[in-house]
Amino acid sequence: MPIKSYLAHPHTGKKNALITALSKIANCEVIPAENRDLLIVVTDTNSKVEDENLKETIEAIESLKLLVMVSGFDTPKQD
Amino acid sequence: MYTSLTNRRSFIKKMAIMSAMTAAAGLFPGILFAKEQEANLPKGANLDWKKTPCRFCGVGCGVLVGVENGKAVAVKGDPKSPVNKGLCCVKGYHSVMSIYGKDRLTKPLIKKNGKYVETSMKEALDLIATKMKETINDHGKDAVSIYGSGQWTIPDGYVASKLFKGCIGTNNVEANARLCMASAVTGFLTSFGLDEPMGCYEDIDHADVFFLWGNNMAEMHPVLFSRLLDQRLKRGVKIIDFATRTTRTSMAADKSIIFKPQTDLAVANAICYEIIKNGWVNTAFVEKHCSFNKGLTNMGYGLEDGYKFNDKPEKIDFESYKTFLEDYTPEKVEKISGVSAKDIKYMAAYYGDPNKKVMSLWCMGMNQHTRGTWINNLVYNIHLLTGKISTPGNSPFSLTGQPSACGTVREVGTLTHKLPHGVVMNKEHREHAAKIWDVPVENIPSKPTYHTVEMFRALDRGDIRFMWIQVTNPMVTMPKLKRYRDATKKEGRFIVVSDIYPTPTTDIADVILPSAMWIEREGMYGNSERRTQYFEQMIDPPGEAMSDTWQLIEVARRLGYEKQFYYKKETHIEEIYNEYRRHHEGKKHAMAPLEVLKSQPGAQWPYVDGESTQWRFNAKYDPACSNGEDFHFYGKPDGKAVIWQRPYEPAPEVPDNEYPFWLSTGRVVEHWHTGSMTRRIPVLHRAMPHAYVELNPEEAKQMQIRTGDKVKLTTRRGEIVLPASVNERGVPEKGQVFVPFFDENMLINDVTLDAFCPISKQPDYKKCAVKVEKV
Repeated sequence: MPIKSYLAHPHTGKKNALITALSKIANCEVIPAENRDLLIVVTDTNSKVEDENLKETIEAIESLKLLVMVSGFDTPKQD
Repeated sequence: MYTSLTNRRSFIKKMAIMSAMTAAAGLFPGILFAKEQEANLPKGANLDWKKTPCRFCGVGCGVLVGVENGKAVAVKGDPKSPVNKGLCCVKGYHSVMSIYGKDRLTKPLIKKNGKYVETSMKEALDLIATKMKETINDHGKDAVSIYGSGQWTIPDGYVASKLFKGCIGTNNVEANARLCMASAVTGFLTSFGLDEPMGCYEDIDHADVFFLWGNNMAEMHPVLFSRLLDQRLKRGVKIIDFATRTTRTSMAADKSIIFKPQTDLAVANAICYEIIKNGWVNTAFVEKHCSFNKGLTNMGYGLEDGYKFNDKPEKIDFESYKTFLEDYTPEKVEKISGVSAKDIKYMAAYYGDPNKKVMSLWCMGMNQHTRGTWINNLVYNIHLLTGKISTPGNSPFSLTGQPSACGTVREVGTLTHKLPHGVVMNKEHREHAAKIWDVPVENIPSKPTYHTVEMFRALDRGDIRFMWIQVTNPMVTMPKLKRYRDATKKEGRFIVVSDIYPTPTTDIADVILPSAMWIEREGMYGNSERRTQYFEQMIDPPGEAMSDTWQLIEVARRLGYEKQFYYKKETHIEEIYNEYRRHHEGKKHAMAPLEVLKSQPGAQWPYVDGESTQWRFNAKYDPACSNGEDFHFYGKPDGKAVIWQRPYEPAPEVPDNEYPFWLSTGRVVEHWHTGSMTRRIPVLHRAMPHAYVELNPEEAKQMQIRTGDKVKLTTRRGEIVLPASVNERGVPEKGQVFVPFFDENMLINDVTLDAFCPISKQPDYKKCAVKVEKV
């Protein structure tokens, strides 16, 4: 049950495109900075495999320049 | 406590978001996340946004506070503020949360039979006045004292000075800015004859190169640092971090240069040597606007009670100064400082390049230094030799730590030797103050009494019997703390503490007064760039909490000074400010009228003919220049700034076989000084819950110490155990450790040294010898 947070840096001028692309992905929450070209991305998945697949999906977004993981937690399965 | 998995998952998610926000704030100081900000707003909020300077730090960011139904519920950066242009750091962004801690002091407390008992404000104020009278009768007027801070508003400090110096007749007035800014003050006074920077924050928009002298700006002044980073993106400016430890600032800088503690003195002289040797001196500027002095050397370090020192300036000429610098060739200084001759030449080349505008910035690294005045002088020397001063982008700039260290402590003059205008030693200055205060001039003693360290030593000896402490936490911040904590507990001492939360300082009080905080009262702060900013009362203080200004007025009246403290409750802040402005009349320090401060995000003094002065001493910008030249350093009788011959001298306590490491202390971005407010803001407390000791990674490995392991630090003053931090936020050099001082549960100042700069009397918290052991 991994929960991870990342800093996502968009390519120049692509912040809105990145927000839109990330917002369409399930189990993925986006918090854009108001005054900088930077987004916080939080993923919340049910398994390690699902987590890895989600990360691959995010990294495939064209408007994404760099994705840096900040923290990762593994929680017990939810009832 | 039971926590459901759902709740735990939600909590962990919040932790993940918070970690990311903290990391982002480290990369981009001042970054804002609207979603987080809006999450705290009540639904359907109809907020009334009011302007104020931020409560934390000396940058003086303009913020807008959202008030709804009598409660401050949100903060955002004020886009109209020229200081921060709409940005905030993590502390500013969460600042209003510090008002609503669960354990706010709301009732006065009096210690009876060892226990604190609630009482009325009237009884508490009566008791304070009675104790002051008794102490003065029994032990003389110099047995009562007040110790405030750079977090005092301008009216707080003004009425404190008027009561103690003007009415009671003692110069026992000090403030914690002695611990953070005194060397900057004496640096300015000795080099220019007048305190505070000649430049302003707008210099950042013009400079090509920034030298940070022992200044971890990314954590301590994050909003200003973000302005530097912004300029690098826009104009490709260079940021050079010159420090004793690798920090977030070093990591963000273009170049990091590490020097051995205390040797900044030698490096600054080596830069001057290179400037002269390479013909980079602005000869016309130096000949017209500078003179040369040398002072006494081997001054000592103030370690003994009653230590006194008076410098004896002596005029020298350029040739003597040049000869003196021959001891500071880059090659010789490399051996002292650990900085390569190549890097010294690299620094000198930027300062010497006539086509580069250079800004030097510093704060505690240079000021908390047993030769603090000297190192301030030496950095001014560099700027004076090259003529890079008092013009946009050419600016030696001393940053302040507290919101009104400049506005209250330095301008109002809440230090033993100071008056609102001038010093107690000067007869004309005493006459000027006495006239405005409506007191006989004989009331104001002509001799200073105790600077801060000596004031607490006097309390220990029994020379001082009564001390009133407002808006500060000396039982966390005093160096060699145990001696001074024990002093307060001695028989026959009476301590009053005004604060908003319980702290280790309220623990030693006989009377605790609950204070109104920041926007719970009206006031003004003055920031690092001579900007005075007004804030109105936006919300009511809790319970019987009262502003520090009004507490002092109430006691002054009980002492019989009704005539001098004539102010009306409804209008007292306006009346006090208008009275205070009279002290500074004239083109050199005129303050803006209150209506101007109310209408805009502050104004910079000298405020002349309706305009702020951005660059002092430059005739193009400063109406006080009157010598008909392009520059006029009018603080000195001859109109010239002083280039000082100051040598390198070692620190008083250096590592040896028994105590082989240097100990340096400092701050972290999440917490405001001793953490008494910011540790009550959950998000900041969680982000930085406790102190730690940073170790060099290689040495930690040798000692088999990992992050989180317990480490015992022992100095000649005592010992303390802290968790280790290895390769985390900061990385000390080999032979050095660093500990932040915000944690009242891990009082690092129990083991620091109370040595100070003999000229400024500011203690050095950055250097003492320590033994490091894994527990």
